[in-house]
Amino acid sequence: MPQLHSDLNSELNSEQPKQYLKDGIVTDNHWQLVEANSETLPSGDILVPIAYWQANHQQLAGHSGKVGVWIDSHEEIEAFSDSIAALPVIAINFPKFADGRGFSTARLLCERYGYIGEIRAIGQFMRDQLFMMQRCGFNAFQFDSDIDLAAASKSLNDFSDSYQVAVDQPEPLFKRHR
Amino acid sequence: MYNYDQYDQKLVDERVEQYRDQTKRYLDGQISEEEFLPLRLQNGLYVQRLAPMLRIAVPYGLMSSRQVRKIAAISRTYDKGYVHFTTRQNIQLNWPVLEEVPDILAELASVEMHAIQTSGNCIRNTTTDQFAGVADDEIEDPRPWCEIIRQWSTVHPEFAFLPRKFKIAVCGSEEDRAAFLLHDIGLQLVKNESGETGFHVYVGGGLGRTPVISSSIREFLPKEHLLTYLDAILRVYNRYGNRDNKYKARIKILVRAWTPAVFAERVEAEWEHLKNGPATLNGTEIERVKSFFTLPDYQTVDSAAVNAEVQSLAAEHKAFSRWLDRNVRDQKQQGYASITLSLKPAGVAPGDVTDRQLDIIADLADRFSFGEIRTTHNQNIVLADVHKSTLFELWQLAKASGLATPNIGTINDMICCPGGDYCSLANAKSIPVAEAIQRKFDDLDYVYDLGDLELNISGCMNACGHHHIGHIGILGVDKKGEEWYQIQLGGSANKNAALGKVLGRSLSRDAVVDSIEKLLDVYVENRLDQESFLGTYQRIGLDKFKERVYAPTS
Ligand code: HEM
Ligand code: SF4
Repeated sequence: MPQLHSDLNSELNSEQPKQYLKDGIVTDNHWQLVEANSETLPSGDILVPIAYWQANHQQLAGHSGKVGVWIDSHEEIEAFSDSIAALPVIAINFPKFADGRGFSTARLLCERYGYIGEIRAIGQFMRDQLFMMQRCGFNAFQFDSDIDLAAASKSLNDFSDSYQVAVDQPEPLFKRHR
Repeated sequence: MYNYDQYDQKLVDERVEQYRDQTKRYLDGQISEEEFLPLRLQNGLYVQRLAPMLRIAVPYGLMSSRQVRKIAAISRTYDKGYVHFTTRQNIQLNWPVLEEVPDILAELASVEMHAIQTSGNCIRNTTTDQFAGVADDEIEDPRPWCEIIRQWSTVHPEFAFLPRKFKIAVCGSEEDRAAFLLHDIGLQLVKNESGETGFHVYVGGGLGRTPVISSSIREFLPKEHLLTYLDAILRVYNRYGNRDNKYKARIKILVRAWTPAVFAERVEAEWEHLKNGPATLNGTEIERVKSFFTLPDYQTVDSAAVNAEVQSLAAEHKAFSRWLDRNVRDQKQQGYASITLSLKPAGVAPGDVTDRQLDIIADLADRFSFGEIRTTHNQNIVLADVHKSTLFELWQLAKASGLATPNIGTINDMICCPGGDYCSLANAKSIPVAEAIQRKFDDLDYVYDLGDLELNISGCMNACGHHHIGHIGILGVDKKGEEWYQIQLGGSANKNAALGKVLGRSLSRDAVVDSIEKLLDVYVENRLDQESFLGTYQRIGLDKFKERVYAPTS
């Protein structure tokens, strides 16, 4: 496991998976993830570190493909909230599956900052977290490991209802049914 | 008590199926050991030294006789015919087989029970006073609030992967019987000047390696804001709690690093966004949940006549009289009493009961306490709402089953962790120490004369046995590979919670029991009228005790 430091981004898987789950459907992945320490930008659609994007807005406007961002688990979305609305994709990295900070980041993106584009989980999350992730606003899941995506999508439906308010259901159970 | 509706039932049923599938995929090699760990923990399955252990949730310590019978049946079918009551009001099975756990969970779901979030880095079972609803010093019944918190915390989408485990306790009375200041969040029910209910909110308490008494962060939170405020606290903790070092990951460390004032500001700032949002409670929901905690059908009782009858039986039967003294408590409803069944007879690991005893407890509850059973954080069982005219009969039946040891609140009502006999983290054994103390102090007259005394034992600094908050605390320490024990004095879990102070250098197991005797001698010699051990200690201080224990033997 890489040691996380607030000034150091975690390592990403440099192999880009060919497919990911989007809105519950197995979808081809044409986005390239760009690491914090990369020297060059690939062509085509890219996901760049959110801090890089914030600092290089202007240059990125001329990029050959679409530009989305990724944010790490220790980064505070508040620092970037002004200018994210038009981004097509915001990816949230899970350096370890046990690091639950990304759940809060996703909810803040949706509920506080009104972001309506794709929110994609990347990194070390696992299939058995999908139900909760989806509730927090994730609608896309890019696994590092080679797993059966169609089978994994079943975990999106582990429960048919929930007590709490979240992105997928803004009213609590007690106001809907009781 | 609360009864599931179709939504509550469906959720626990779906959870069983989810875990059944996860277990299957794990056994098929599709889920790694590392990934399966949090999944099984959040379904109560913990793997310890000798075997897996399954922790079953008893929400705020309340069970029906039907549920107790089901636990008895499960322990017979899937385990070795006994279970353990924990210090957080839950139940543990000690020898379940991993492959059978989904079936056990399905059996639990059939009686509206589960093991959801009883382990792992998530929000655990909410605990409270075992005398909720009947205590004479109650401000408001805490149980409806515990149930509201149970539902909010169950499969919470955002807070299943916290930095560390998270425990909430609610206190509804003047006296604290839930150790609520030693929880990650402690909620005290209070009324404001207009008589409206709210919560005094404390955060950052806990035992373990770094024991801390919690800090107040808000004196009055109006009741309808309970859930949005809890969301705010949990979100701040989820985002900023330490995730690099598990020994620094509890919320108490964050609160201390930021200071309680700064922590409170951060929570309030987060809450500004959530306050009055859709999760705000409404009167309909509060009333709906409260309607499950109605009082039973009390009869009007001629108190004077009943009390006279009980007194005359007590005069005839000394053992009954002792039991009345130690194990029976008046409640706010005239003519009724709450009785504690002791799970601490000498020679049994504190908190252990057999399947047969469980069946008997269920029968006693049906006959004497409207079918309800309560578990206590001191690892005993309470039957409330017992008609006083039935006390003698109840005592005889309980006694015949080994459940009427008259030692509640005495030196023999110890909290003791599993220790070196069962736990791989232990520095020293703890159960044999508890047993040696119980055997040493078996003269009941002497034990009664000592009065209220909490003695707690942990086998290592993880503090599962709450040694920091015992009036006398014993901690197992490792000295060059040998088992030694450190004694602490003056801890307390009540409203004036205090952490014990170390008496002096650690002692061998043989010396522990002798030293306890010396401590008690100092107390008896110095006490004023009616003064408890803790009271005497607080008045005269540590030194007199220390001198006696470490005095050179002549
Ligand atoms: C052999 C099995 C056990 C092991 C390996 C074990 C391990 C631990 C560890 C490592 C902690 C510290 C966690 C922390 O500080 O964050 C802990 C805390 C705790 N344990 Fe155990 N434990 C065991 C059995 C028990 C039992 C049987 C009980 C009930 C009597 C218990 C009650 C507790 C409690 C109440 C705490 C929380 C203390 C606090 O407030 O922080 N444990 N346990
Ligand atoms: S206090 Fe230590 S020895 Fe006792 S059960 Fe906990 S971890 Fe094990």
